[in-house]
Amino acid sequence: MKFKSQKVAYYFFALSMILLLLQLTYGFIMAFAHMGFDGLHSIIPFNAATATHKNLLVVWLISGFMGAAYFIIPDESDNELYSVPLALIQFWSFAIVGVIAVAGFHMGWFEGRKFLEIPRPLDYLVAINVILFLANIVMTIYKGKRHTTTAMVLTAGLIFVAVLYLPGMVWFDNHTVDSFFRWWVVHLWVEGVWELVMGGILAYLLIKLTGVDREVIEKWLYVIVGLTFLSGILGTGHHYYYTGVPKYWLIIGGIFSSLEPLAFLGMTLFAVTMYKKGNKKHPNKLAIYWTLNSAIVSFLGAGLLGLAHTLPGVNLYTHGTLVTAMHGHLAFWGAYASIVLAVMSYAMPLLTGRKIYDNSIGHLAFWLANVGILGMTAAFAAAGVAQVYLQRIAGMDFMVVQNELHPHFFVLILAATVLSVGVILYVVNFYKFGLPNDEAIVKEEEFKALQTN
Amino acid sequence: MLSKSQAKLFFLGGTVFFLIIFLALTVDTLVNGVPKHTHSDQITDQVKLGRRLWDANNCMGCHTIMGEGAYYAPDLTKVYERRGPKYIKTVLNFPGGWQLHGRRMVQYNFTEQEKDGIVAFFKWVGNVDLNGFPPKPSLQSEQK
Ligand code: HEM
Ligand code: HEM
Ligand SMILES: [Fe+2]
Repeated sequence: MKFKSQKVAYYFFALSMILLLLQLTYGFIMAFAHMGFDGLHSIIPFNAATATHKNLLVVWLISGFMGAAYFIIPDESDNELYSVPLALIQFWSFAIVGVIAVAGFHMGWFEGRKFLEIPRPLDYLVAINVILFLANIVMTIYKGKRHTTTAMVLTAGLIFVAVLYLPGMVWFDNHTVDSFFRWWVVHLWVEGVWELVMGGILAYLLIKLTGVDREVIEKWLYVIVGLTFLSGILGTGHHYYYTGVPKYWLIIGGIFSSLEPLAFLGMTLFAVTMYKKGNKKHPNKLAIYWTLNSAIVSFLGAGLLGLAHTLPGVNLYTHGTLVTAMHGHLAFWGAYASIVLAVMSYAMPLLTGRKIYDNSIGHLAFWLANVGILGMTAAFAAAGVAQVYLQRIAGMDFMVVQNELHPHFFVLILAATVLSVGVILYVVNFYKFGLPNDEAIVKEEEFKALQTN
Repeated sequence: MLSKSQAKLFFLGGTVFFLIIFLALTVDTLVNGVPKHTHSDQITDQVKLGRRLWDANNCMGCHTIMGEGAYYAPDLTKVYERRGPKYIKTVLNFPGGWQLHGRRMVQYNFTEQEKDGIVAFFKWVGNVDLNGFPPKPSLQSEQK
């Protein structure tokens, strides 16, 4: 690392790791419940487990994004972070709000709105926290010596993430209107502004890891995020089809959401082309693997598996079934989990000075995690297709069908175990890095000698 | 070839253009579409109470409604039509948690008034025009 203050990123990365492990634990609780083993029901009913699983996912990813920003923005701006104490206050308050939210879910304190289960009073604390974070980042850029496109896209993405949280904080008496604006948060996040964050991190990593000229990379970054908004904004319509709105959303949502995979295809081509163009001399192989993984698997999970059920005629049958869960898992894994794991793999050696670049634990973690999540996707797919057929086409009762799906959930649990072993190995590597320290500070750009530009 | 400033223009122009269309459609939907499709004049205080309880208890953490939620328990969009008020009220406070086919529900302690609110909410949801959701099972209708 170049600047002492980049070390705050470590706190956020460590928090990410802990929350990821917890998220997986709740996944198992739910998968067993689906199979009929609901022994924890009286302590952790399914609705508490699902709120915890989904919110821990969102929180560990956002923690990863914040860590990434604290690492990347000083480097890109060529200046120390505006305020380290502010960042630490922000970190601890973020962690505390997270703990209160999760504890609250277990005591039945939630807002029953999928992905936005955090109760309203805590929403205000989240908002204040995010303002502290953004202020620190924006001031760092403002005082910085350099203003790069990569930093701008990343920061713009983070600002929009915060702004789009607000429509989710309003109470509407009409359930349809509530749902309408819930999607402004959930959809416009993952198929909109989070892609800016992903694109920004991806561009940064490609610049560092491939040595390809910044101007070339940043030009394509604009094209990709342009495609994102071109398709993703009106693509919101694919969640409106069957929620009590006019029929024109079927046409608009159908057309524009079908274009959304282009942005993800863009990410894939972008990363693969830049990697091929680059000199392939960077020693941090694990960071390269995770970076390419994110660019490729996001297209599979979000692009292809999203396309599979986005047309109104298909979605009428698959809407709200395990087919949706299949897509949700691979999309989140490819686009966001992988990019966070990539930036951590890149940043940790630089923060700590320990060169864990290419070890066998790291490679095993990579392959097990990916094979595991693909297996889970297949299990959800089989369960989902069976459910759609038996329930929506043959007209069997929901619960009767669910009892037929136990074998698929058995496979899901096996695959989830493989994923979890992979994730645990990743965390072992993370732990082995130890703490960040000032001896790791270097004046020159890391690996400058390797860069071709 | 495309230059960086052209790429930036594509990004900014496209975003602003589609955002404006999106906002215009939003206004049309909320002003002209939703009141008609959802019969918003029928959202009584009872319906509102039901929705508040739906929300505060995270019913969506197991069930779906209008196809949105979790996939552990049945979709409740048409539950009023399917089961009727008496059945629904029995399920809610059932001692030990309602359990018909293996999966258990949470046992609630709703008052009579609250139970009526939840029933009213389901009745209202059941009448919303959802553009054909949930679909009629095609095999079943052929057999009949
Ligand atoms: C990284 C990007 C993406 C992520 C993380 C993601 C994640 C998710 C999640 C979690 C859901 C379930 C939402 C809920 O029911 O509450 C969902 C639904 C959906 N997604 Fe995505 N998605 C992404 C991209 C896409 C793309 C590009 C498409 C289209 C090509 C798409 C199409 C859909 C559709 C149609 C649904 C609704 C399913 C239903 O009716 O139940 N998604 N997505
Ligand atoms: C141990 C591993 C995991 C297991 C066993 C697991 C299992 C499950 C189960 C059973 C559900 C609930 C489906 C329902 O509503 O009934 C679920 C939901 C969900 N999980 Fe996981 N999960 C795991 C890991 C992950 C990971 C790594 C991610 C993200 C990268 C993730 C993202 C999600 C999302 C977005 C949903 C909501 C999907 C929707 O409602 O459409 N899960 N998970
Ligand atoms: Fe979406």
